Amino acid sequence: MAAFRAAVVTFPGSNCDRDMAVALEKVSGVAPIRVWHGDADLPERLDFIALPGGFSYGDYLRSGAMAANSPIMRAVREAADRGVPVLGVCNGFQVLTEAGLLPGALMRNARQNFICRTAPLKVENTQSLFTAGYEQGATIHIPVAHHDGNFFADQATLDRLEGEGRVAMRYLDNLNGSQRDIAGILNEGGNVMGMMPHPERAVEPDHGGSDGRVLFESVVRALAMA
Amino acid sequence: MKVRVHVSLKPGVLDPQGRAVHHALEGLGFAGVNDVRVGRLIELDVADGTTDAELDEMCRRLLANMVIENYRIEKPETV
Repeated sequence: MAAFRAAVVTFPGSNCDRDMAVALEKVSGVAPIRVWHGDADLPERLDFIALPGGFSYGDYLRSGAMAANSPIMRAVREAADRGVPVLGVCNGFQVLTEAGLLPGALMRNARQNFICRTAPLKVENTQSLFTAGYEQGATIHIPVAHHDGNFFADQATLDRLEGEGRVAMRYLDNLNGSQRDIAGILNEGGNVMGMMPHPERAVEPDHGGSDGRVLFESVVRALAMA
Repeated sequence: MKVRVHVSLKPGVLDPQGRAVHHALEGLGFAGVNDVRVGRLIELDVADGTTDAELDEMCRRLLANMVIENYRIEKPETV
Protein backbone atom coordinates (compact mmCIF):
# COMPACT_ATOMS: atom_id res chain seq x y z
CA MET A 1 0.00 0.00 0.00
CA ALA A 2 1.19 3.48 -0.78
CA ALA A 3 1.58 5.78 2.23
CA PHE A 4 -1.66 7.12 3.65
CA ARG A 5 -2.11 10.62 2.25
CA ALA A 6 -4.38 12.67 4.45
CA ALA A 7 -4.98 16.40 4.56
CA VAL A 8 -6.16 18.46 7.52
CA VAL A 9 -7.69 21.81 6.57
CA THR A 10 -7.11 24.77 8.88
CA PHE A 11 -9.55 27.67 8.81
CA PRO A 12 -8.96 30.91 10.70
CA GLY A 13 -10.25 29.96 14.14
CA SER A 14 -9.82 26.20 13.83
CA ASN A 15 -8.42 24.89 17.10
CA CYS A 16 -8.56 21.11 16.79
CA ASP A 17 -6.52 20.90 13.59
CA ARG A 18 -3.34 19.92 15.42
CA ASP A 19 -5.16 17.28 17.51
CA MET A 20 -6.64 15.87 14.30
CA ALA A 21 -3.22 15.76 12.63
CA VAL A 22 -1.64 14.07 15.67
CA ALA A 23 -4.43 11.47 15.84
CA LEU A 24 -4.10 10.69 12.13
CA GLU A 25 -0.34 10.36 12.40
CA LYS A 26 -0.55 8.14 15.48
CA VAL A 27 -2.93 5.75 13.77
CA SER A 28 -1.59 5.78 10.21
CA GLY A 29 2.10 6.37 10.91
CA VAL A 30 2.16 9.19 8.37
CA ALA A 31 1.87 12.89 9.18
CA PRO A 32 -1.03 14.45 7.28
CA ILE A 33 -0.51 17.40 4.96
CA ARG A 34 -1.69 20.66 6.49
CA VAL A 35 -3.80 22.78 4.17
CA TRP A 36 -4.80 26.42 4.64
CA HIS A 37 -8.39 27.47 3.94
CA GLY A 38 -7.25 30.10 1.46
CA ASP A 39 -5.53 27.56 -0.77
CA ALA A 40 -7.38 27.00 -4.00
CA ASP A 41 -6.20 23.42 -4.43
CA LEU A 42 -5.76 20.30 -2.33
CA PRO A 43 -2.67 18.13 -2.67
CA GLU A 44 -3.07 15.48 -5.35
CA ARG A 45 -3.97 11.83 -4.75
CA LEU A 46 -5.44 12.35 -1.30
CA ASP A 47 -6.83 9.36 0.58
CA PHE A 48 -8.60 11.34 3.24
CA ILE A 49 -9.60 14.92 4.14
CA ALA A 50 -10.38 16.13 7.65
CA LEU A 51 -12.19 19.33 8.55
CA PRO A 52 -11.36 19.94 12.21
CA GLY A 53 -13.20 21.49 15.12
CA GLY A 54 -12.91 25.03 16.32
CA PHE A 55 -14.61 28.34 15.76
CA SER A 56 -13.85 29.22 12.17
CA TYR A 57 -14.32 32.94 11.51
CA GLY A 58 -15.48 33.35 15.11
CA ASP A 59 -18.75 31.63 14.20
CA TYR A 60 -19.77 34.86 12.43
CA LEU A 61 -23.21 34.77 10.80
CA ARG A 62 -23.72 31.05 11.62
CA SER A 63 -21.25 28.40 12.75
CA GLY A 64 -19.43 27.15 9.67
CA ALA A 65 -21.16 29.55 7.26
CA MET A 66 -18.11 31.58 6.34
CA ALA A 67 -15.74 28.60 6.19
CA ALA A 68 -18.17 26.79 3.88
CA ASN A 69 -17.41 29.50 1.34
CA SER A 70 -13.62 29.43 1.78
CA PRO A 71 -11.59 28.92 -1.41
CA ILE A 72 -10.47 25.43 -0.32
CA MET A 73 -14.06 24.21 -0.03
CA ARG A 74 -14.48 24.11 -3.79
CA ALA A 75 -11.65 21.58 -3.93
CA VAL A 76 -13.07 19.67 -0.96
CA ARG A 77 -16.43 19.46 -2.72
CA GLU A 78 -14.81 18.17 -5.92
CA ALA A 79 -12.82 15.58 -3.97
CA ALA A 80 -15.94 14.46 -2.09
CA ASP A 81 -17.79 14.13 -5.40
CA ARG A 82 -14.97 11.89 -6.64
CA GLY A 83 -15.45 9.68 -3.57
CA VAL A 84 -12.53 10.84 -1.43
CA PRO A 85 -13.45 10.25 2.24
CA VAL A 86 -14.12 13.49 4.12
CA LEU A 87 -14.57 13.68 7.88
CA GLY A 88 -15.89 16.83 9.56
CA VAL A 89 -15.71 16.98 13.32
CA CYS A 90 -17.63 19.56 15.37
CA ASN A 91 -17.05 22.84 13.48
CA GLY A 92 -16.07 20.62 10.54
CA PHE A 93 -19.54 19.04 10.67
CA GLN A 94 -21.08 22.52 10.74
CA VAL A 95 -18.98 23.48 7.71
CA LEU A 96 -20.13 20.37 5.81
CA THR A 97 -23.82 21.11 6.43
CA GLU A 98 -23.38 24.78 5.53
CA ALA A 99 -21.59 23.72 2.35
CA GLY A 100 -24.46 21.38 1.49
CA LEU A 101 -22.24 18.30 1.54
CA LEU A 102 -24.37 16.92 4.36
CA PRO A 103 -28.08 17.59 5.00
CA GLY A 104 -29.53 19.44 7.96
CA ALA A 105 -28.17 22.20 10.16
CA LEU A 106 -26.53 22.50 13.58
CA MET A 107 -28.36 24.96 15.77
CA ARG A 108 -27.72 26.42 19.21
CA ASN A 109 -27.92 23.73 21.92
CA ALA A 110 -31.46 23.42 23.25
CA ARG A 111 -30.50 24.66 26.70
CA GLN A 112 -28.27 27.41 25.27
CA ASN A 113 -25.28 26.01 27.13
CA PHE A 114 -21.80 25.20 25.90
CA ILE A 115 -21.37 21.49 26.61
CA CYS A 116 -17.90 20.15 27.33
CA ARG A 117 -17.79 16.60 28.61
CA THR A 118 -17.45 13.00 27.53
CA ALA A 119 -20.64 11.73 25.96
CA PRO A 120 -21.81 8.14 25.60
CA LEU A 121 -22.76 7.36 22.00
CA LYS A 122 -24.38 4.43 20.27
CA VAL A 123 -22.80 3.31 17.01
CA GLU A 124 -25.71 2.82 14.60
CA ASN A 125 -23.96 2.09 11.35
CA THR A 126 -20.91 -0.16 11.11
CA GLN A 127 -20.99 -0.47 7.32
CA SER A 128 -19.26 2.83 6.62
CA LEU A 129 -15.54 3.19 6.11
CA PHE A 130 -15.48 5.45 9.17
CA THR A 131 -17.24 3.06 11.53
CA ALA A 132 -16.47 -0.44 10.25
CA GLY A 133 -14.21 -1.17 13.23
CA TYR A 134 -16.98 -0.70 15.80
CA GLU A 135 -19.43 -3.34 16.87
CA GLN A 136 -23.02 -2.76 15.80
CA GLY A 137 -24.89 -1.00 18.60
CA ALA A 138 -21.74 -0.55 20.69
CA THR A 139 -21.65 2.16 23.32
CA ILE A 140 -18.58 4.35 22.97
CA HIS A 141 -17.41 7.37 24.92
CA ILE A 142 -16.21 10.41 22.99
CA PRO A 143 -15.70 14.00 24.22
CA VAL A 144 -18.04 16.72 23.03
CA ALA A 145 -17.30 20.44 23.21
CA HIS A 146 -19.81 22.60 21.42
CA HIS A 147 -22.40 25.34 21.65
CA ASP A 148 -24.09 24.68 18.32
CA GLY A 149 -24.55 20.92 18.10
CA ASN A 150 -28.31 20.67 18.01
CA PHE A 151 -28.91 18.74 14.79
CA PHE A 152 -31.98 19.82 12.86
CA ALA A 153 -33.49 18.56 9.63
CA ASP A 154 -37.08 18.34 8.46
CA GLN A 155 -38.99 15.12 9.12
CA ALA A 156 -38.68 13.87 5.54
CA THR A 157 -34.89 14.30 5.63
CA LEU A 158 -34.66 12.59 9.03
CA ASP A 159 -36.77 9.67 7.79
CA ARG A 160 -34.56 9.38 4.74
CA LEU A 161 -31.35 9.44 6.82
CA GLU A 162 -32.73 6.67 9.04
CA GLY A 163 -34.13 4.64 6.16
CA GLU A 164 -30.83 4.70 4.32
CA GLY A 165 -28.78 3.85 7.41
CA ARG A 166 -27.03 7.19 7.30
CA VAL A 167 -27.31 7.92 11.01
CA ALA A 168 -23.82 6.87 12.04
CA MET A 169 -24.00 7.64 15.75
CA ARG A 170 -26.55 8.80 18.30
CA TYR A 171 -26.26 10.31 21.76
CA LEU A 172 -27.40 7.94 24.50
CA ASP A 173 -28.44 10.98 26.52
CA ASN A 174 -29.62 13.70 24.20
CA LEU A 175 -27.48 16.48 25.62
CA ASN A 176 -28.07 19.21 23.03
CA GLY A 177 -31.59 18.74 21.70
CA SER A 178 -30.60 17.04 18.44
CA GLN A 179 -33.45 15.60 16.41
CA ARG A 180 -33.62 11.84 16.96
CA ASP A 181 -30.48 12.02 19.16
CA ILE A 182 -28.31 12.33 16.07
CA ALA A 183 -24.59 12.83 16.77
CA GLY A 184 -23.17 11.93 13.36
CA ILE A 185 -24.41 11.32 9.83
CA LEU A 186 -23.18 10.11 6.46
CA ASN A 187 -23.79 11.46 2.98
CA GLU A 188 -25.55 9.45 0.29
CA GLY A 189 -22.31 7.96 -1.02
CA GLY A 190 -21.06 7.05 2.45
CA ASN A 191 -17.76 8.88 1.91
CA VAL A 192 -18.59 12.06 3.82
CA MET A 193 -19.22 11.94 7.54
CA GLY A 194 -19.95 14.69 10.01
CA MET A 195 -20.07 14.29 13.76
CA MET A 196 -20.17 16.70 16.69
CA PRO A 197 -18.15 14.53 19.15
CA HIS A 198 -14.37 14.63 18.87
CA PRO A 199 -12.83 11.22 18.07
CA GLU A 200 -9.39 12.83 17.82
CA ARG A 201 -9.60 13.61 21.53
CA ALA A 202 -9.91 9.93 22.43
CA VAL A 203 -7.12 8.05 20.68
CA GLU A 204 -4.99 6.87 23.60
CA PRO A 205 -5.60 5.85 27.22
CA ASP A 206 -4.03 9.06 28.52
CA HIS A 207 -6.89 10.95 26.86
CA GLY A 208 -9.24 9.18 29.26
CA GLY A 209 -10.33 6.73 26.60
CA SER A 210 -9.43 5.51 23.15
CA ASP A 211 -12.82 4.84 21.59
CA GLY A 212 -12.13 7.46 18.93
CA ARG A 213 -9.06 5.62 17.71
CA VAL A 214 -11.25 2.92 16.18
CA LEU A 215 -12.71 5.47 13.77
CA PHE A 216 -9.29 6.42 12.40
CA GLU A 217 -8.21 2.77 12.32
CA SER A 218 -11.34 1.98 10.32
CA VAL A 219 -10.47 4.65 7.77
CA VAL A 220 -6.84 3.55 7.44
CA ARG A 221 -7.85 -0.10 7.11
CA ALA A 222 -10.57 0.62 4.54
CA LEU A 223 -8.12 2.58 2.42
CA ALA A 224 -5.44 -0.09 2.73
CA MET A 225 -7.90 -2.61 1.31
CA ALA A 226 -9.15 -0.30 -1.41
CA MET B 1 -29.02 51.57 -2.30
CA LYS B 2 -29.67 50.45 1.25
CA VAL B 3 -31.33 47.10 1.65
CA ARG B 4 -32.36 45.33 4.80
CA VAL B 5 -32.47 41.56 5.03
CA HIS B 6 -34.52 40.14 7.87
CA VAL B 7 -33.55 36.56 8.68
CA SER B 8 -35.85 34.56 10.93
CA LEU B 9 -36.20 30.93 11.94
CA LYS B 10 -38.81 29.00 10.00
CA PRO B 11 -42.06 28.31 11.80
CA GLY B 12 -41.79 25.00 13.59
CA VAL B 13 -38.04 25.26 14.15
CA LEU B 14 -37.43 25.46 17.88
CA ASP B 15 -35.74 28.68 18.93
CA PRO B 16 -33.83 28.10 22.18
CA GLN B 17 -32.65 31.71 22.17
CA GLY B 18 -36.18 33.03 21.81
CA ARG B 19 -37.34 30.75 24.60
CA ALA B 20 -34.62 32.03 26.92
CA VAL B 21 -35.50 35.64 26.11
CA HIS B 22 -39.18 34.85 26.69
CA HIS B 23 -38.32 33.36 30.06
CA ALA B 24 -36.23 36.42 30.96
CA LEU B 25 -39.07 38.79 30.03
CA GLU B 26 -41.38 36.85 32.30
CA GLY B 27 -38.73 37.04 35.00
CA LEU B 28 -38.81 40.83 34.68
CA GLY B 29 -42.53 40.73 35.32
CA PHE B 30 -43.78 41.27 31.76
CA ALA B 31 -46.93 39.19 31.63
CA GLY B 32 -48.81 38.39 28.46
CA VAL B 33 -45.86 37.66 26.20
CA ASN B 34 -47.09 34.70 24.16
CA ASP B 35 -43.96 33.88 22.22
CA VAL B 36 -40.51 35.24 21.34
CA ARG B 37 -38.54 34.47 18.20
CA VAL B 38 -35.05 35.91 17.76
CA GLY B 39 -33.89 36.71 14.25
CA ARG B 40 -31.18 38.73 12.59
CA LEU B 41 -31.18 42.02 10.69
CA ILE B 42 -28.53 42.49 8.03
CA GLU B 43 -28.14 45.91 6.44
CA LEU B 44 -26.56 46.00 3.01
CA ASP B 45 -25.42 48.94 0.95
CA VAL B 46 -25.46 47.68 -2.64
CA ALA B 47 -24.97 49.23 -6.04
CA ASP B 48 -28.05 50.90 -7.48
CA GLY B 49 -29.58 48.56 -9.95
CA THR B 50 -28.80 45.41 -7.98
CA THR B 51 -31.58 43.09 -9.01
CA ASP B 52 -33.98 41.20 -6.82
CA ALA B 53 -32.59 37.99 -8.26
CA GLU B 54 -29.10 38.96 -7.10
CA LEU B 55 -30.36 39.84 -3.64
CA ASP B 56 -32.23 36.55 -3.45
CA GLU B 57 -29.09 34.69 -4.40
CA MET B 58 -27.09 36.48 -1.70
CA CYS B 59 -29.70 35.42 0.83
CA ARG B 60 -29.96 31.84 -0.32
CA ARG B 61 -26.24 31.25 -0.68
CA LEU B 62 -24.99 32.95 2.46
CA LEU B 63 -27.13 35.31 4.50
CA ALA B 64 -29.78 32.73 5.41
CA ASN B 65 -29.55 28.99 5.88
CA MET B 66 -32.60 27.78 4.00
CA VAL B 67 -32.70 24.55 6.03
CA ILE B 68 -33.78 26.45 9.13
CA GLU B 69 -34.35 30.08 8.18
CA ASN B 70 -36.54 32.33 6.06
CA TYR B 71 -35.56 35.76 4.85
CA ARG B 72 -37.39 38.90 3.87
CA ILE B 73 -35.83 41.68 1.80
CA GLU B 74 -36.80 45.25 2.59
CA LYS B 75 -35.92 47.79 -0.12
CA PRO B 76 -35.64 51.61 -0.06
CA GLU B 77 -39.25 52.36 -0.93
CA THR B 78 -40.31 50.24 2.02
CA VAL B 79 -37.45 51.09 4.41
